[in-house]
Amino acid sequence: MPIVNTKSIEDKRKTGIRFIDCDIHNEVPSNEVLKQYLPTRWKNYMDMVGLRGYHGFVQNIPYPKGNPGGTRADAWLPNGQIPGSDLKFMQEQLLDPLNMEIGILNCLYRVGEQLNDEYGAALARAVNDWQMAEWLDKEPRLRASIVIPYENADLAVEEINRRASHPGFVQVLFMPRTREPMGRRKYWKIFEAAENHGLPIAIHFGGLGGNAITSSGFPSFYIEDHTDMAQAFQCQVISMVCEGVFERFSNLQTVMLEGGFAWVPSLMWRLDKHWKRLREEVPFLKRKPSEYIRGHMRFTTQPIEEPPVQDYLLQVIDHLGSDDMLMFATDYPHWDYDAPDHTFRGKFPETLKQKIFYENARSLYRFPEKE
Amino acid sequence: MKKYFVATVDEIPPGHRKIISIAGRSIGIFNINGEFFAIRNRCPHGGAPLCEGELSGFVHSPVPGEYTYTRKGEIIRCPWHQWEFDVKTGQSWFDPVKTRVRSYDAKVEQGCAIAESTGTKLEEGPHVAETFHVSLDKDYVVLEM
Repeated sequence: MPIVNTKSIEDKRKTGIRFIDCDIHNEVPSNEVLKQYLPTRWKNYMDMVGLRGYHGFVQNIPYPKGNPGGTRADAWLPNGQIPGSDLKFMQEQLLDPLNMEIGILNCLYRVGEQLNDEYGAALARAVNDWQMAEWLDKEPRLRASIVIPYENADLAVEEINRRASHPGFVQVLFMPRTREPMGRRKYWKIFEAAENHGLPIAIHFGGLGGNAITSSGFPSFYIEDHTDMAQAFQCQVISMVCEGVFERFSNLQTVMLEGGFAWVPSLMWRLDKHWKRLREEVPFLKRKPSEYIRGHMRFTTQPIEEPPVQDYLLQVIDHLGSDDMLMFATDYPHWDYDAPDHTFRGKFPETLKQKIFYENARSLYRFPEKE
Repeated sequence: MKKYFVATVDEIPPGHRKIISIAGRSIGIFNINGEFFAIRNRCPHGGAPLCEGELSGFVHSPVPGEYTYTRKGEIIRCPWHQWEFDVKTGQSWFDPVKTRVRSYDAKVEQGCAIAESTGTKLEEGPHVAETFHVSLDKDYVVLEM
């Protein structure tokens, strides 16, 4: 009988799929690390006061404590450090084995939710400096989102202008649970700055805002919270279209990260129907709402809807009326991660797959074509 | 079918596991109350290293407000999407077609019965982790594949 070796994880293989990952999370490992990027005033503030948000979970988040950070259990570092907080580990677990061409980091540090605007702005500066020093300047496969204190447009614009020239930053990051629907004018200066720099506005799942996650209050369970987040995205899509954001900023692009996409066709149908009857209320809209959505919004796939019949996904994409709107994402290192070789399996058309995995993101972010 | 010595018995105490590599496959060997079981370290749903997940049991609730917790330490929870698999049979219990309460209990019994008789049999279904036959040869755990 042969004696077997006892090496643990192997079974790993290259996927052979060429892809751009539109949603990876890098995590600030500790306050101590972030303090290296904060001026003395805000280091002291961090120790004295710290995070203060709009919501009732200042010292906690409403996610299961059995899974801190909502992460993949195998992504914790051997030293106990939180998943996503170490570049080398991410290279070994994600970038190298999947042979990833480009991956976009979306750091979810709670910058935008701070009640103290100046502290929020200081955190944004520190987090972006940390992203540059620890991630972008060390790993050419990675790009990142500029984090901003989005509830204060003046401070947010300062941060966008400060960072936009770095080629590693490819978009500006929001969370969907803003204080007001995002189409409202308090956010327009941010859109203007993003458009001027050719940066898309990305909205990523999560955040706590100050409002309940549903329009009828707070649900009991995490499973509800996790599903209800699509409602937050739907509000933002409707608001940005109906407020005329894309008439005013006709070159602005937006990316909906992790909000799902199967709901988009029915929302477009409903909005178009209402617009035909009610357009006098919003006369600045020159086109059907669905046309603004198709022309200015992209949706990432993870966590992909898993219908009982795979073909239903193809029907949804057909109903979207465009092959350009979807972009692949893994959401590494979070627990609902999608693996590229387990997404769009079966008889999915190759050309469509290639657009979703690669071409749509390449074109949106204007990444140079490689052979 | 080839036999492989994969561990000594005292190397994997009850409630523990060992992950090994054989012929390009990563496999987890589990000791559940003195019995040994082996499943492929790859989740059939999303490709995760399944055997690195947490061992737990089943929470069962016949009606809201009533809960029972059974089969403690026999169910492995995938480290990514939290799917639950019976270590003894490889059967997933979150398969959407099998979550109807009526067939749920019956399936648990069937799974146990199969596991007790042979310890190897796979059940049909899209979400079944690959299992392997494990036996004891004196003080050694032996895997067949």
